Amino acid sequence: MPRHRPEGGREVTNLRDTAVRQARELGEPIVECRNVDKYFGSNHVLKDVSLTVHQGEVVVICGRSGSGKSTLLRCIDNLETIDGGRIDACGHLMGYRKGTGGKLVPLGDGRASKQRRDMGMVFQSFNLFPHLTVLTNITISPTRVTGVSLKEAEAHARELLDRVGLPEKEDAFPSQLSGGQQQRVAIARALAMRPKVMLFDEPTSALDPEMISEVLDVMIDLSRQGMTMIVITHEMGFARAAADRVLLMHDGQIVEEASPEIFFTAPKSEHTKLFLSKILTH
Amino acid sequence: MNWSWEHFARFLFSEYMLNGVWTTIWLSCAAMLLGCSLGVIVAFMKMSNIWILRRIAIAFIWLWRGTPLLVQMVIIYTVLPQVGLRLGVIESAIIALTLHEGAYFAEIVRAGILSVGKGQTDASQALGMNWFHRMRYIIIPQATRVIIPPLGNQFNLMIKTTSLASVISMEELFRRTQQLAQIEFRVLEAYFCAACWYLLMTTVWGEIQKRLEAHYDRPFGPVEDDGKARRRRRELAGDAPAQA
Repeated sequence: MPRHRPEGGREVTNLRDTAVRQARELGEPIVECRNVDKYFGSNHVLKDVSLTVHQGEVVVICGRSGSGKSTLLRCIDNLETIDGGRIDACGHLMGYRKGTGGKLVPLGDGRASKQRRDMGMVFQSFNLFPHLTVLTNITISPTRVTGVSLKEAEAHARELLDRVGLPEKEDAFPSQLSGGQQQRVAIARALAMRPKVMLFDEPTSALDPEMISEVLDVMIDLSRQGMTMIVITHEMGFARAAADRVLLMHDGQIVEEASPEIFFTAPKSEHTKLFLSKILTH
Repeated sequence: MNWSWEHFARFLFSEYMLNGVWTTIWLSCAAMLLGCSLGVIVAFMKMSNIWILRRIAIAFIWLWRGTPLLVQMVIIYTVLPQVGLRLGVIESAIIALTLHEGAYFAEIVRAGILSVGKGQTDASQALGMNWFHRMRYIIIPQATRVIIPPLGNQFNLMIKTTSLASVISMEELFRRTQQLAQIEFRVLEAYFCAACWYLLMTTVWGEIQKRLEAHYDRPFGPVEDDGKARRRRRELAGDAPAQA
């Protein structure tokens, strides 16, 4: 199997470039953002953003820090409320319900938390629960929130740990793991809720260089198995290998949206050209 | 100095004193338990989104932290009956200690909960946990680790603070000591005996606290590593050239 080494990008092992993409068939829309607006105080961070992601699709979002990409992802999972537009994900109108006369009413904490169970999220800083063992990190939500039996949850957790390559770490505490291992546990923890969509918020940005590929390998594996993924990353190797679409956000807007081939070779937007020149020249 | 070991030993294990010790223990425990429960409630009120609950909590903490416990206790025991609310000695003591402890503990709990990072809330929300789940399984267990050391400190203080209840004639260790000293004319032995009992109680609690802290620190790195790390540091310091 030829190793893939995009110019300027980091080597990603164990993948066969385009084959992953072509094999995938796209299904129904599963995440739909329509004209989303978001403000932090007077700062307009998302400007009329619309984005549709189909079932089984892998979408990579890149852009400079402060371009609103992280906020968009957090809005999709309703970790931030939106100030305009609407987001439909996994059959839920995120964060709202239709009140009398079609008016949108914000959801209470209980109902909002139920909506999030269909989506998994992986954070830049892992955010594992430091007081729980690896196994309990993974089983706590299925057992305490969705009522899966402990036995079943633990069996599933072991299967997931196996899948992310950490079968021997179930009794460790997060503080005893390396960054790459922690992030793989975080992925397993998110998968334990059997999500329909996985959201990744710069999953490798906090990692030492030698640990990046072990996390990317798990993500590529996941994309091969047909998981719908929205990934914020600057790992262009991953984008080329696994993405169906690459987006560039700039100043709260999506300024480029293309297949990886076109994104990297013939981008339309000046912002993309500038972004790529900065990423690929060092 | 007219010191008699004989009297000291007799006082130390006299039934009269032991009863006082026992009263001090259960009074401390009861006031601590009730005070901590009240403190948790007030802490959540102060962190609430509801304006009025927040104001009540702030006013409560301001009032009970801002006045001496001795004054509070005397007011509850001697002033309240004049407005028609008559409370017994034990009730007055427990109420005063509870309210006082509650005001302090509320801020300790709040600090503990605020010390748990925002990322933990994000992660637990993303896993579909509601407020109750987040508090019960994620935030409070982590806050507990931060709360335990000041909690232990508060309980240590509480054991000694119960002696104030002697002014409203609560028959705890200190009041019994005073009475014994007067009856027997053995002031020195009696008060040293009380000091020994207080010291014993706080020492035992100190040991319990140490174990509690170790238990809650366990996930954050094994204890053995501390010794290793310290030895390594010492070696490094020894190897390094002496600095002027």
